[in-house]
Amino acid sequence: MFEKKDVVIIGGGPAGLSAATALYRLGVKDIVILERESKLGGILRQCIHDGFGLQRFGKSLSGPEYAQVFIDEVIENHIEYHTDATVVTLAPDRRIEAVTPEGVLSYSARAVVLAMGCKERSRGSIMIPGERPSGVFTAGSAQAYMNIYNRMPGRNVVILGSGDIGLIMARRLTLEGAHVAAVFEIQDHPNGLERNIVQCLNDYDIPLYLKHTVTDIHGNSRLEGVTVSEVDDSCVPIEGTGKIYPCDTLILSVGLRPDNGLLKDAGIEIDPRTNGAIVNEHLMTSIPGIFSSGNVLHVHDLVDFVSLESEALAESVSRFISGTLSHDRDISVKCGSGIGHTVPQRVSSGDGFSLSLRVSSVMNDVVIKVRQGERDILQRKMRKANPAEMIRLDINSGTVLPSEDLEVLVE
Amino acid sequence: MKKTFTCIICPNGCSLDVDYDGQNIIVKGNLCKRGEIYAKEEIIAPKRTISSSVRLIDGDMEIVSVRLSSPVPKSMIFPIMEVIKKTRVTAPVHIGDVLIHDVLSTGADVIATRNAERRS
Repeated sequence: MFEKKDVVIIGGGPAGLSAATALYRLGVKDIVILERESKLGGILRQCIHDGFGLQRFGKSLSGPEYAQVFIDEVIENHIEYHTDATVVTLAPDRRIEAVTPEGVLSYSARAVVLAMGCKERSRGSIMIPGERPSGVFTAGSAQAYMNIYNRMPGRNVVILGSGDIGLIMARRLTLEGAHVAAVFEIQDHPNGLERNIVQCLNDYDIPLYLKHTVTDIHGNSRLEGVTVSEVDDSCVPIEGTGKIYPCDTLILSVGLRPDNGLLKDAGIEIDPRTNGAIVNEHLMTSIPGIFSSGNVLHVHDLVDFVSLESEALAESVSRFISGTLSHDRDISVKCGSGIGHTVPQRVSSGDGFSLSLRVSSVMNDVVIKVRQGERDILQRKMRKANPAEMIRLDINSGTVLPSEDLEVLVE
Repeated sequence: MKKTFTCIICPNGCSLDVDYDGQNIIVKGNLCKRGEIYAKEEIIAPKRTISSSVRLIDGDMEIVSVRLSSPVPKSMIFPIMEVIKKTRVTAPVHIGDVLIHDVLSTGADVIATRNAERRS
């Protein structure tokens, strides 16, 4: 038997919680959240550093505090949720099955919200050669060991990749008594937010080496050291530059990817640039009634923007359910020169929306333009633009005409 | 003296140009007032907040996450970590509970950032 629901939300992290509470406020109350972990909150549970909520709440909160604001609202309003519930089936007709310790939950939903978040790239995804000792962790798993399970990953640490979680972990490990020898980044620019370079590395005299990567891993049962080499302009290691750093722990902070397995099962179109669903300005995927927001749509830098995006999604879902979601055109948003990706990738109406994008390389004194045909819809001057920092542009309703494709470009 | 800082108060990460002649501090490049305050502090006495965990007795997990209620001088960070390391609290603990009041006379409290229930 498939239980009928107005909305099934897959994922009880910041995206799912923000969508659920916003839907409830809009009067859509026949909803259920399915969460794979034993508690609501998602990745925020282990992000105990502060700096969350500055945009959304105007104050600096830790991850667990930020999540609790939404969890409290879920509980107060008796919004139904199930933890330890892993969705195993997502069908294009919006039927969903989840396994739980109590048995299988089956739903038939008028709308589905995909809010499963992202996963980390691992040693396998970047193919570091060498031996297979213990002591090689992704930054997020090291963070879970320390902040959830109270276990130190190691004492002498090397970090590969300058993503935000790696930078945060450099500081966290140092505060707890470990020695962090250095952070190595294969690209010629840091991958994390500049404020994290300052407050997590510079403050603790941890050096950051750009254009360097780990080229070998040494150790039998436990990691004993890594070889680090310089790389050339195409990120290829330069022979003869290898240097051994003794360490018992290697932390990898080498990027995040939307956790898009369920999307493929349902046959939802995926954007190879973001690895998330292709969506229109209502955040609806290629399958009507299936929506997506947060890190499973595209990886964000800030949870505040995940919440804002998911609250916009809730508005669209509510209109979809009441049959008032407009769809009178089908135009594409194209990535012009200097643009890495955009969300949304399609536009289906004249409604206003937020256009999120990343540039493809570090640039100074540029203008980002949204163009339709010969007409500039919007221009944003930027003193610096960095792929590590998402840019959001507000497109007002009525500015996109029903005719030609949009192009976003950097000049 | 001229210096350039990256403001760490919020994710905008403004690049601040600071001019200090020993008396007056002039800040440029900040998008908001907080950037000016940050740059002035950074010249005179840099301050930071930290987050960590405190050992939890009879709780649902071994630890409860904590943070400082306000920034402290950078030089106090490691001494405060020593105090945090020695602290034990008994569940239940709620978000905002003061676990260490006015830690090392800095004026900052160590406050819980997670609701920790008693072990059932």
